[in-house]
Amino acid sequence: MAEKKIKIIVAKPGLDGHDRGAKLLSRIFAEAGMEVVYTGLRQTPEMIVEAALQEDADVVGLSSLSGVHNYFFPKVVELLKAKKLANVLVVGGGIIPLEDIPELKKAGIAEIFGPGTSTEVIVDFIRSNVKAK
Amino acid sequence: MIMDYVAEILQGSPLAVSRVITWLENEDERARVLMKEIYSHTGNAYLLGITGSPGTGKSTLTDGVTWQFRNKGQTVGIVAVDPSSPFTGGALLGDRIRMTRHSEDPGVFMRSMATRGYLGGLAQFTRGAVKVLDASGKNYVIIETVGVGQDEVDVMRVADTTCVVLVPGLGDVIQSMKAGIMEIADIYVINKYDQPGADQLYSEVQFRVNQDASIKDRAWVPPVIRTVAVEGKGEDDLIEAIAAHRTYLEQSGKLLEKRRERTREETLQMIHHELFRIIRARLAENSRIESMVEKIMDHELSPYNVVEEVVGEWLPPAK
Ligand code: B12
Ligand SMILES: Nc1nc2c(ncn2[C@@H]2O[C@H](COP(=O)(O)OP(=O)(O)OP(=O)(O)O)[C@@H](O)[C@H]2O)c(=O)[nH]1
Ligand SMILES: [Mg+2]
Repeated sequence: MAEKKIKIIVAKPGLDGHDRGAKLLSRIFAEAGMEVVYTGLRQTPEMIVEAALQEDADVVGLSSLSGVHNYFFPKVVELLKAKKLANVLVVGGGIIPLEDIPELKKAGIAEIFGPGTSTEVIVDFIRSNVKAK
Repeated sequence: MIMDYVAEILQGSPLAVSRVITWLENEDERARVLMKEIYSHTGNAYLLGITGSPGTGKSTLTDGVTWQFRNKGQTVGIVAVDPSSPFTGGALLGDRIRMTRHSEDPGVFMRSMATRGYLGGLAQFTRGAVKVLDASGKNYVIIETVGVGQDEVDVMRVADTTCVVLVPGLGDVIQSMKAGIMEIADIYVINKYDQPGADQLYSEVQFRVNQDASIKDRAWVPPVIRTVAVEGKGEDDLIEAIAAHRTYLEQSGKLLEKRRERTREETLQMIHHELFRIIRARLAENSRIESMVEKIMDHELSPYNVVEEVVGEWLPPAK
């Protein structure tokens, strides 16, 4: 069998236009040897999940800096489950108040990374938490 | 369990299609079992190739063509290939971003693929992915190549109709028309027609096409279509040209001829790949390949002797 690659969708849900972080991470993930699909701005949870399904993604990374995470992040997890994609690892980042994190984790987001997180930490977390297909 | 996947693919389940393409890419044994089962259900989709230099608008055009097909009630599968980094093995797959308006349309399935070191403009398992989409019932399968140079022409061996996308401002066209990529076009698309130099490019390409038509005796003269993909302009002309080429291939019997040639080449290539895989694995046992390399390095043996020895060991001489 050929070497398996981690495939990751990087998506920005909602109308948030801050895409520096998402673009930076897309590059970092590619340089870490992953196959990265950046879906661009203004994605609905449905679009993100459909992309994860068609690309057979191992990971969905959500980036939000405009305060929409409490609605969008759990919605993505819920739709993934509904599409039988419960195995997909969901991580998030951006501007997310600390007090929101416990609820997000409860909803199924594996980890949240805020501004200033070293990208090595993010890559390591993903590598050690992806699930087999 | 694999049989469930077969049934689901034939019913068009995106989840099954998606997973099997992953198995193909990973050379997972399950893919082989499955492909044997679904092969007899392939051959119904019409295969469209879109190639051209990096950034010429291939993805934007693919998006537009898909839109047009959908308006005619046709379903579409898309396989879009982007390069893997030779250094890190990673890849930025950026084609989907141009096609997000179809992401929730059940009549469209779009898959990005990294080349994983494979040359020629496609990934090694692009053909396999195309077959899966074909078997899943898509009417059209569009194959977008990586941004190509002059001689990455594999798409011609996969697609029924190949569109070569050119844009103004990329330098001396006539120079690049010498070989390779410029010879594989069934249809030329001059995209970014909103940009300066488009008219000149159009007349240069048109001139070259006419010249070709008088030198070579060609039954099909590639049309030159002008588009502004970001505005959807010219998409309808492109669709018409594709339909005309298809009709030409079907009525002249050339479609069968093309597909026969493709089947021959593909079969040989698959045999080649499989033999190589087996022999490489066997030579890795007891580091035999390493001792061979040492002997060759010391000039004790030549690689030519080694080839003879290895091939003779596993293949009986032809009768
Ligand atoms: C640059 C910037 C802009 C630029 C954006 C340019 C662009 N194309 O991205 C511009 C000037 C356009 C802009 C506009 C606005 N901005 Co602004 N902007 C910023 C600023 C200063 C920096 C953001 C940034 O790029 N950081 C650099 C990147 C690399 O960091 P990052 O995205 O945080 O990513 C890191 C982590 O969060 C994490 N991460 C992020 N995403 C993901 C995803 C995954 C999967 C993972 C694992 C990790 C991860 O990893 C990264 C590396 O550590 C922030 C303040 C700040 N210090 O964050 C405000 C800020 C985000 N902006 C803000 C606001 C309000 C706006 C505006 C609404 C209006 C305004 N007041 O200026 C508009 C809205 C624009 C829009 N359409 O959405 C607020 C948001 C407040 C909130 N959420 O409650 C902030 C926090 C400023 C503030 N303190 O008020 N902004
Ligand atoms: N001005 C203009 N820009 C266009 C046109 N078509 C596409 N573009 C832009 O050209 C850029 C590249 O378009 P893509 O469709 O991604 O090109 P591509 O050939 O798929 O690129 P690669 O897959 O990276 O080789 C984008 O910024 C498009 O918006 C056009 O007709 N006119
Ligand atoms: Mg593209």
